[in-house]
Amino acid sequence: MLRMILQRLMIAVPSLIGVVIVTFLLTRALPGDTAAYFAGPAATQEAIDQIRVKLGLDKPLIVQFGRYVQDLARGELGMSLTTGQPVATDIRTRLPASAELTLLGLIVSMVIAVPLGIFAATRPGSMVDHLCRVIATAGVSLPVFFTGLILVYVFYYLLGLAPAPLGRLDIFFSPPPQVTGFFLIDSLIAGDGDMFLASLKQLILPVLTLAIFSIAPIARMTRASMLAVLASDFIRTARASGLSPKTVIVTYAFRNAMLPVITTLGMVFSFLLGANVLVEKVFAWPGIGSYAVEALVASDFAPVQGFVLTMAVMYVVLNLLIDILYGVVDPRVRIEA
Amino acid sequence: MKRRDFLKSVTAVAAGTALPAPAIWSPAKAQSRQETLLFVTESGPNNFDIHGVGTNRPGYEVSWNCYDRLMSHGKKTLADGTESYDRDTFTPELAEEWTASDKSITFKLRKNATFHDGTAITAKDVKWSFDRAVTVGGFPTFQMKAGSLEKPEQFVVVDDHTFRVDFIRKDNLTIPDLAVIVPGIYHAQLIQKHANEKDPWGLEYTKNNIAGGGAYKVARWQPGSEVVYERNDAWKSGPLPKVRRIVWRIVPSSGNRRALIERGDADISFDLPNKDFAELRQIGKVRVASTPIGNGIWYLGLNCKNPPFNNVKLRQAIAYAIPYQKIMDAVMFGLANPMYGGKTNTASNLTWPQQHGYNTDIAKAKQLMAEAGFPNGLETTLSFDLGFGVIGEPLCVLVQESLNQIGIKTTINKIPGANWRNELLKKELPMIVNTFSGWLDYPEYFFFWSYHGQNAVFNTMSYQDKAMDAYIDAARTAAAENDSAAYDKNVRGFVNKAFAEVPRIPLFQPYLNVAMQKNISGYRYWFHRQLDYRSLAKA
Repeated sequence: MLRMILQRLMIAVPSLIGVVIVTFLLTRALPGDTAAYFAGPAATQEAIDQIRVKLGLDKPLIVQFGRYVQDLARGELGMSLTTGQPVATDIRTRLPASAELTLLGLIVSMVIAVPLGIFAATRPGSMVDHLCRVIATAGVSLPVFFTGLILVYVFYYLLGLAPAPLGRLDIFFSPPPQVTGFFLIDSLIAGDGDMFLASLKQLILPVLTLAIFSIAPIARMTRASMLAVLASDFIRTARASGLSPKTVIVTYAFRNAMLPVITTLGMVFSFLLGANVLVEKVFAWPGIGSYAVEALVASDFAPVQGFVLTMAVMYVVLNLLIDILYGVVDPRVRIEA
Repeated sequence: MKRRDFLKSVTAVAAGTALPAPAIWSPAKAQSRQETLLFVTESGPNNFDIHGVGTNRPGYEVSWNCYDRLMSHGKKTLADGTESYDRDTFTPELAEEWTASDKSITFKLRKNATFHDGTAITAKDVKWSFDRAVTVGGFPTFQMKAGSLEKPEQFVVVDDHTFRVDFIRKDNLTIPDLAVIVPGIYHAQLIQKHANEKDPWGLEYTKNNIAGGGAYKVARWQPGSEVVYERNDAWKSGPLPKVRRIVWRIVPSSGNRRALIERGDADISFDLPNKDFAELRQIGKVRVASTPIGNGIWYLGLNCKNPPFNNVKLRQAIAYAIPYQKIMDAVMFGLANPMYGGKTNTASNLTWPQQHGYNTDIAKAKQLMAEAGFPNGLETTLSFDLGFGVIGEPLCVLVQESLNQIGIKTTINKIPGANWRNELLKKELPMIVNTFSGWLDYPEYFFFWSYHGQNAVFNTMSYQDKAMDAYIDAARTAAAENDSAAYDKNVRGFVNKAFAEVPRIPLFQPYLNVAMQKNISGYRYWFHRQLDYRSLAKA
């Protein structure tokens, strides 16, 4: 097991190096001029040049790259000009916000989508199956910002049920002391029940938005993979041997159908983490996606590079986790490894 | 029971205790809600210090409220009942009084004023702050220069509580420039502790920390999401502000900023599209204050350096082909002052901006096109800043459509905000839609930056004309010398010339719109267009 993890990490190193080089070059290829943007509206050419020197942007690319790699080696990701803070600090405070939202969204959609997919597969052509199809199609075809805005409009603006879309906490709470960065967990650690409820309330609508969007791929994948497994020989044998339908579906079929579902989960998770920019914008959520987009608009290199690098590392870790899960779910994978 | 209340109670019961209706406050919370003001905007500060590198506009707002200046402006009430700063009166802030002569101005500082940490504010701090502003470079130095405040030698400590500014030349903008955001008073000792060789003025420290003595202190800052202020109860430079705590939340979605103000959760909402402001005004649940932005104009700029727009007749033809009224209605929803519809193209008074004599007259435009030597029209590009896309995009589409009628085929060129200034500096774009407004609300100031042959970045059309320069320079001199006859003649001179040659075609004067709850009072328009918390009150 340990050997496998090490091996996987070794393989990830070249791709991370690639990511570092490519993001560096790509951000440099952006059309905007950072120095001109931050010199302000009143800037003369002279003032812009001054800022360029201050930011080290006057040096040749290769020197800038060298400096960037040196900083990286020391764990520094540079300074963000849009927030004025070190990128590493920004990411440290913002990644948990995105992760909390995404994880909850994924859990909610899993809780709905997996049973839905199983039911649909066991009764193909039935009402449940059609429902699954409708939900999946609707969920995928509604863009997240649209779902988000509709939810805000109905539950906040019209009904007044949901709290104001003002980010992670109501204005009367200050964030709990940071341990994990997940407000739900941190507030429990601090023993503050009110805050736990407050942050949970803030989470409901954005989590629903994400869940609605991600139900589709999970439900469809569960259904397809269950259908394939249910049609296979060993299920027929199990059924013929007179095992109860519950044992057949849960113990034999579902476990075998889980592999592709796990893969999809991993993909959906990493996709959501990067792509929930719009949800973050709608709910004023101080997450990592909106952070990267704001930086892009301002041609602010460091946060964009930091963001891509963080995402790359997350992908590597996530894939590793999924591989380990494979081993847990399916002994054959372990033996082959 | 109202339908909404019914729904609320039904769903609340259904949802059980895990989901209590959010509008239920405990009494303590309701109390603190009374003393807290929540306002929402699109973006937040990136730096607390206006002297910093690349500080954005929201950052200016922090500087304005957390630092004091020597003097500030009085107030006046506009025709529609909105309060505004008064350009022509100066009121004491950190300085109790001052005496001005031809050569200098001497300030007496308050003896009991302190910084947030309790240290007394002395003239040494004032000098250090002014030295800093004229030395750090970039925007602060540029702004100080606009009022002939250029060298540290101009700033003299007479004694602990007396401070003098020596003039290097006669300039009627020197005193107004002492009341803008830049010359704030910084805690020299505190900042010097955090300064080093690479950063002699401690800009890194003041980026994240307030080192001033202003009416508000920053209690918490989460970049990109919120700023929380507490009132400085020891503030001596003015009447103690009414609001104890101010929460500034960043809400990127304009739809939500509107929902928040309509639901009554936010007290003040900024940066809404004009359409929303117009609708909010009509609904009448909240108060919308719309104040014309002083010295501010949206215009169509034509590049006078290169053909084809170096041709005056062609520029005039375009000025007759702009759909002015449509722009007012469909882009601004009536929330702007029209800049067309004057009787003639001669200045009617000494104010700026004022209306020019062009109107939408396609026949006349066609005739001028022929006279200019373009009977068959031409092709060009029309550029705008995507950062202001809400206004720029529909505006450009209307202009494109209208110019098509006189044979000018335009391609619309959307330029991302990060690249816009870069493009402006190059001064190669043939036709642009842009906006400019100066903090110092004087016609000669506007023209000096926008039309003068010094070719500042704001002279986006690269307009060069010796006679124009002469008018502008003479008006500046006349203002400094208090020679009203010469001032009158030259201001009219440059306005007439700008209208006759139309290097930039003024479209409208935009409003600064702010939506607020009806129990909020004391909102005041300021030249810098940021919120001044000190005068606000919540009933």
